[in-house]
Amino acid sequence: MAMMAMTIRNSASRRTMMSRPIFGSRSMSSWWKNVEPAPKDPILGVTEAFLADPSPDKVNVGVGAYRDDNGKPVVLDCVREAERRIAGTSFMEYLPMGGSVKMVEETLKLAYGDNSQFIKDKRIAAVQSLSGTGACRLFADFQKRFCPASQIYIPVPTWSNHHNIWRDAQVPQKTYHYYHPETKGLDFKGLMDDVKNAPEGSFFLLHACAHNPTGVDPTEEQWREISQLFKAKKHFAFFDMAYQGFASGDPARDAKSIRIFLEDGHHIGISQSYAKNMGLYGQRVGCLSVLCEDEKQAVTVKSQLQQLARPMYSNPPLHGAQIVSTILGDPELKSLWLKEVKIMADRIIGMRTTLRDSLEKLGSPLSWEHIGMFCYSGLTPEQVDRLTSEYHIYMTRNGRISMAGVTTGNVGYLANAIHEVTKSS
Amino acid sequence: LVIDSMASSMLSLGSTSLLPREINKDKLKLGTSGSNPFLKAKCFSRVTMSVAVKPSRFEGITMAPPDPILGVSEAFKADTNELKLNLGVGAYRTEELQPYVLNVVKKAENLMLERGDNKEYLPIEGLAAFNKTTAELLFGAGHPVIKEQKVATIQGLSGTGSLRLAAALIERYFAGAKVLISAPTWGNHKNIFNDAKVPWSEYRYYDPKTIGLDFEGMIADIKEAPEGSFILLHGCAHNPTGIDPTPEQWVKIADVIQEKNHIPFFDVAYQGFASGSLDEDAASVRLFAERGMEFFVAQSYSKNLGLYAERIGAINVVCSSADAATRVKSQLKRIARPMYSNPPVHGARIVANVVGDAAMFNEWKAEMEMMAGRIKTVRQQLYDSLVSKDKSGKDWSFILKQIGMFSFTGLNKAQSDNMTDKWHVYMTKDGRISLAGLSMAKCEYLADAIIDSYHNALLYWETPIEL
Repeated sequence: MAMMAMTIRNSASRRTMMSRPIFGSRSMSSWWKNVEPAPKDPILGVTEAFLADPSPDKVNVGVGAYRDDNGKPVVLDCVREAERRIAGTSFMEYLPMGGSVKMVEETLKLAYGDNSQFIKDKRIAAVQSLSGTGACRLFADFQKRFCPASQIYIPVPTWSNHHNIWRDAQVPQKTYHYYHPETKGLDFKGLMDDVKNAPEGSFFLLHACAHNPTGVDPTEEQWREISQLFKAKKHFAFFDMAYQGFASGDPARDAKSIRIFLEDGHHIGISQSYAKNMGLYGQRVGCLSVLCEDEKQAVTVKSQLQQLARPMYSNPPLHGAQIVSTILGDPELKSLWLKEVKIMADRIIGMRTTLRDSLEKLGSPLSWEHIGMFCYSGLTPEQVDRLTSEYHIYMTRNGRISMAGVTTGNVGYLANAIHEVTKSS
Repeated sequence: LVIDSMASSMLSLGSTSLLPREINKDKLKLGTSGSNPFLKAKCFSRVTMSVAVKPSRFEGITMAPPDPILGVSEAFKADTNELKLNLGVGAYRTEELQPYVLNVVKKAENLMLERGDNKEYLPIEGLAAFNKTTAELLFGAGHPVIKEQKVATIQGLSGTGSLRLAAALIERYFAGAKVLISAPTWGNHKNIFNDAKVPWSEYRYYDPKTIGLDFEGMIADIKEAPEGSFILLHGCAHNPTGIDPTPEQWVKIADVIQEKNHIPFFDVAYQGFASGSLDEDAASVRLFAERGMEFFVAQSYSKNLGLYAERIGAINVVCSSADAATRVKSQLKRIARPMYSNPPVHGARIVANVVGDAAMFNEWKAEMEMMAGRIKTVRQQLYDSLVSKDKSGKDWSFILKQIGMFSFTGLNKAQSDNMTDKWHVYMTKDGRISLAGLSMAKCEYLADAIIDSYHNALLYWETPIEL
């Protein structure tokens, strides 16, 4: 073997000595000269900057990852227990392209209801996905392939990665009114007008609950009206549900918008993620589902979703899916999970209240009628920059605050800093 | 039909509200029917007779064909015959034909559990410790391209995901450039480049006459490709043939690629698994690195660490400068973000833990040698069985010359079908068998099946088979 290696090296160097330009023009220039540095991701780039900051006062209210009251990441007890049960497993074989069947079954129950007739009738085409991002991307690619003339209507504002996803899937994007800066609430009239004016049969992206980044959700009554108008216009509703359980503390309540649409007869699509509500961020576990006409169509659509997944990653990762199905498949663990989700949601709701009270005490004019992990503070990019440079507080430049990063330890500091940079405006 | 005449009479009555779909068919100018191979009929255009049921947007969607590789396992599962043998997908099996989770992997998982690692998002590029480790395994620790920071490494979703990231980069920055893939190659390569919209063509590789490498054809086709093409190469243990170039042939391949200013693109899915040695199996990649070329390498830990289900791999882009590598890395991240945001952490941690601990690393190397060793032994046993049972004088030595998990048997589709239909041996229709799924105990049975299929399959079919 050493001889062979020597032979290779000798032949290579012999050729170098000949006048072939191996280290000539090829290495001076590069194939990559036209590659520009990509801009930093507006969300994930914030955490990078935060980690690099040496200040002891620094606060990260950027990325939406839950923190406990000490600002530490949390692994749920139900997750730890599930991991204990599956560690050193004897199974590491490829999952099917559609992922873990058990995990998908449990996940559909969460979204469609434990006793959903659609599940019983096998009308839902569903595959395990790479968390919410992967589910949205698979759907966008599916939409491009099978409804190539369609566009996607995206709310203003939305999670920035939504734009990247539908863009890379090459589906043209349109927007619809959502956030009303003056009231810091929902621009319901604007939304309904846009829904009405869109061509019949348009595709709409809806946040099922805890809108990201604003934290502003329609009321139940508003959802019913939206659903009725969607029916009249024959629009397709695609729900991104990344915070089920996390918004109100009650998963059934957080799925209300979806249940309304299902009752009204819509055939919807749903992206579900366990990143936040089970704290499985890095495991990348989620599910894409599409409600179809009948079982036969569901089988067909599922086969096509798998066809899209195969050249992207072949089959999805196992570990996170095993955690989910272990928890949801065991009544005790599931019950523990529901308790822990409520604890997380309650802490966030509590922090919201504390932050609002602190700001009100300081005389701040900002209002805080939001829900979920995020809220739109109304801060301008320049005010955000000041928060970072003067107070070492990190958030995305659209003024979105991740309440999960707020603790009893830093809420006073945060309120004060926000008041300082906004009081003159 | 009664229903049809009812429909037309409804229309003629001018009642526009009953069949809204029909009325709007003209307004929705889709204009894509016929050009989209995935659609049987236009989206939205179905007219329903029953007004109460909303017509589906997905009417025109046809059933996707079963995956030629993964579909084999599904068919195998459905077979109730007790003699059945699954030589389809390339997943390692023990002599008892059980899946094998490496001991080091179990150890690493238990360690991770004890440590109570958190589950936070990884950065888009993946786990830093894993990225460092994987590049060092590939090029050798301390290699100049690593020391000089000329490699852009991103954790990817195993081999598939890593290939897809690179394909998307090619599509974005090398508009019109073509990828040359070997004939044959792993089936999913074509899907990946198709979905990434990168054009591809084939270079000659497998010679059915010798059941070996068509080296002259390979070199000629690489030479003929337009300058600046991407050449997809299997680093070791070619899938599906098991036929690798010799070291001398690799040198010539590197020569012609440099001559034509092509960009090599390695798929390394079996490092350590082919010969049993990580370094030996990386020789082809290291040869190219020595030449100072810029190239891609996709890696997978599915087979060599048995981490199939955890989807752990990497895409490496060797650039001529650290600056280029930084820029390329940033653009790879930009492709990954709208695909899955950031990669799964579990598999990455396992790899980093195993390689980062000297004792575990040595244990891994021993387990890998054991797996590769079992395959070599089974190859020998299969060859011996074939030679002792087949009296036709056919040369079966190609089985010993091939390397890695797979063997290209030279069986055509009809013969492969016979293997399955008559002998319940499941394999892919291109004649590929996975030796990882073969036990010593089954070698004789398999030899019987191969000999029968090779000599007699065509006789079992009434109509001549297109080869």
